Amino acid sequence: MKADIRPLVAVVSARYRTLLQYRAAAFAGFATQLFWGAIRLMILAAFFAAATEPQPMNLTQVVAYVWLGQALLGMLPWNVDADFRAQVRDGTVAYDLLRPLDLYSYWFGRTLAFRVAAPTLRGIPMVLFSMALLPLVGLGDWALTPPASAVAFAGFVAALVVAAMLATAVTLLAHISLLWTISGIGMDRILTVLVTIFSGLVVPLPLFPDWLQPFLNWQPFRGLADVPYRIYSGNIPPAEIAAELFFILVWTVALVVMGRLILLRGVRRMVVQGG
Amino acid sequence: MNAAALLLRYLAISLRGQLQYRASFLMAALGNLLNCLIELAGIWVLFDRFGNLSGWSFAEVAFFCGAVNATYAIGELMATGFDQFGTLYVKTGDFDRLLLRPRSTVLQLAGHELSLRRLGRLLPGLVIVVVAWGALDLPVEADRFALLAFAMAGGVAFFFALMVLQATMCFWTTESLELMNILTYGGVETASYPLPIYHRLFRRFFTFVVPLACIGYFPIVAVLGVDDPLGTSRMFQVAAPLAGFAFLGVAIGVWQLGVRRYTSTGS
Amino acid sequence: MPQIEVRGLAKTFRVAERLPGLAGAFRGLFHRRMRDVHALGGIDFDIERGELVGYIGPNGAGKSTTIKILAGILNPTAGTCRVDGLTPWRDRRRHVARIGVVFGQRTQLWWDLPVIESFDLLRDIYRIPSEAYRDNRDRLIALMDLEPLLDVPVRQLSLGQRMRSDLAAALLHGPSLLFLDEPTIGLDAVSKLAIRDFVRELNRDRQVTVLLTTHDMDDIEALCQRVMVIGNGRILVDGSVAALRRRVRNERVLVVDYDSAGEAGRVDAEGEGVRLVERDASRVRIAFDPDRIPAATLIGALLAQGTPHDLFIEHPPIEQTVAELYAEHDMRER
Repeated sequence: MKADIRPLVAVVSARYRTLLQYRAAAFAGFATQLFWGAIRLMILAAFFAAATEPQPMNLTQVVAYVWLGQALLGMLPWNVDADFRAQVRDGTVAYDLLRPLDLYSYWFGRTLAFRVAAPTLRGIPMVLFSMALLPLVGLGDWALTPPASAVAFAGFVAALVVAAMLATAVTLLAHISLLWTISGIGMDRILTVLVTIFSGLVVPLPLFPDWLQPFLNWQPFRGLADVPYRIYSGNIPPAEIAAELFFILVWTVALVVMGRLILLRGVRRMVVQGG
Repeated sequence: MNAAALLLRYLAISLRGQLQYRASFLMAALGNLLNCLIELAGIWVLFDRFGNLSGWSFAEVAFFCGAVNATYAIGELMATGFDQFGTLYVKTGDFDRLLLRPRSTVLQLAGHELSLRRLGRLLPGLVIVVVAWGALDLPVEADRFALLAFAMAGGVAFFFALMVLQATMCFWTTESLELMNILTYGGVETASYPLPIYHRLFRRFFTFVVPLACIGYFPIVAVLGVDDPLGTSRMFQVAAPLAGFAFLGVAIGVWQLGVRRYTSTGS
Repeated sequence: MPQIEVRGLAKTFRVAERLPGLAGAFRGLFHRRMRDVHALGGIDFDIERGELVGYIGPNGAGKSTTIKILAGILNPTAGTCRVDGLTPWRDRRRHVARIGVVFGQRTQLWWDLPVIESFDLLRDIYRIPSEAYRDNRDRLIALMDLEPLLDVPVRQLSLGQRMRSDLAAALLHGPSLLFLDEPTIGLDAVSKLAIRDFVRELNRDRQVTVLLTTHDMDDIEALCQRVMVIGNGRILVDGSVAALRRRVRNERVLVVDYDSAGEAGRVDAEGEGVRLVERDASRVRIAFDPDRIPAATLIGALLAQGTPHDLFIEHPPIEQTVAELYAEHDMRER
């Protein structure tokens, strides 16, 4: 296990260095997410303004939901790693088979680095901005409120950790699917759609029609965003946190097992075709 | 051969090329279709929960959504060469190849590809407009159609201009910037809802700086035949799409500056 | 009047410096140090109509910069350049309609199109009159033996086939000036020969002016009457291949083959202006300076020592000449 960590550290560090080189992209990404957040908030607020009866979420919780979604956007498995896609396309992915590592674990580490590096760089300024700066310029109503309680915060952090694992498992499924669709466009597009709508990114899941809730509550993508954000704002009460974490964990394990099985077949295919 | 004929040749060739990769084209088109549909689904979910949006009905908002998606799809379809300019031309140095030919770079890039997968967004957009038209019981009149077509033409010029500006940025930085996504994807999202729901600063920005509302909200209000809560006149609403063409003119001017910079830095 | 007239051409690039490590990357987020790189330090040359000129130098010496400026796709920082009366970067579109450019590393053909359709598209882009196009195309197809390739998509061509097609494509509009940037890079021996034959004929029969950059000195020896060597942004040598040799070291090598190993071992090859380069079982290689000891004298001395089976005189390979020139000017690949 100890020997397995070093390549992972190297991969993570390399990714941060690459990201930091692209300063304009970092600022541009920040501005983009800020803009998106503002537009979503104005739309949702306009709807809330007309609401006469109590809703499953209040506007403050929705505001937190939107800002956290923008801060952590990069963590959601809505795209694939362009490097990985390029590797599959030119066949160099076969070299990974030569490494004395368990292939799934190695790729899991790589993918985790891909999923987590960007949001840590972008997420922190976004949280600072939406929590501290907005009240200062008189937009306090639109600011990210602090977590509902210390327990909610701890639950949120724990949920983020498992959500990162889940996001990695989902992304890795998309990566593995690239072994079949050489052109690399396809599965990931469909995945984007599934993830954006069912994680709560388009509209917070509690605002969906009541008759859809039983389905929404059981699908894995809510573990990526909806659950952590609602734990943060207290929309999911502390008593239910443990059960929700367990829910995400179970889905993660299921997707990892599925990924391993599919990868086995993918490797066989790679070996037969010679990359 | 004149410019228009050459453009058509380019595009015919691009279509043939895409048919060689049918599977990936179909998947990508499907992805675009789903993207358009989830946008509509998001609107529907909110209307289902809240009933109305400051007086606007679901069918009216769907009309906005369908029209802007169709418009954007056409613009993107025609500007694929600009959209992929950074990766396909600047990073590879292939832009040199275009400069080595005795034709304008805008023409050559417009001819780069007529990306059929954008149809995945165009078709559902048009269907949404037609269905919303029926649901709203709008009269079927030539002048309404003409205005909608004019608005969409201005919109195509507008989105084409955005792609040109996005490509122009590649002359200054080789980084892939998401900044323009604010105006492209963000523009589609923004224009899917009526303008009055946005903050005053956003309304001004999207009217006077980046004239998104001039090719979306204003003319469509006239097509729908409703009064603008913002109090604009019909005349303004009907003339507004001209701003899309003016915006394209500005974008091409900026592009020429970018080309001049490229030829003095060589990168 | 020369076809190309270059005076004091200079080009300076500004590049951002990258600091090493993660901490350096962080600092680079907020401020960046810029550095000037002088790619061309003011060069002068003329090229007459119908010349075939080799242009060599280590990577980063300024070769591509020169070609790009001459082709009109890069503006110089200072200096002037006239090509057929036009300033390339000012009259770019008129200028490029009259020249042909081939980059060995890239293709200007359309990846997914059959070769013939790329040609047809170029006809429309360059507005070539139908008749001239047909004549040119058919002649080029015959010369480059492209007939069997015409319906093959470019992505399926081998590198050699692609280069032949690319050369033809660059000549469809009948340019009087051709820039070739490493046209033989990565090609097999047969393709290299075909390309060289073609360029030679083009220059001789059609008086097309050719400026050729290459790392392959065989290209230079096979084709060029004149060679320019650039290093650190300056022209170091401009003259004939023979002059280039003389400029560095006037040395020939006498190779002597013997029937039996013993004889080769016994030969004494030391003396004024003579140096033993290599001795193996049955062959001796002796370097000599023809100004200090005539070849006949040296051969006479060897014949007195034994009876060789064969003997001949070599020029030192031009690679070696150029390498020595680079070393003399302390040029490294940048």
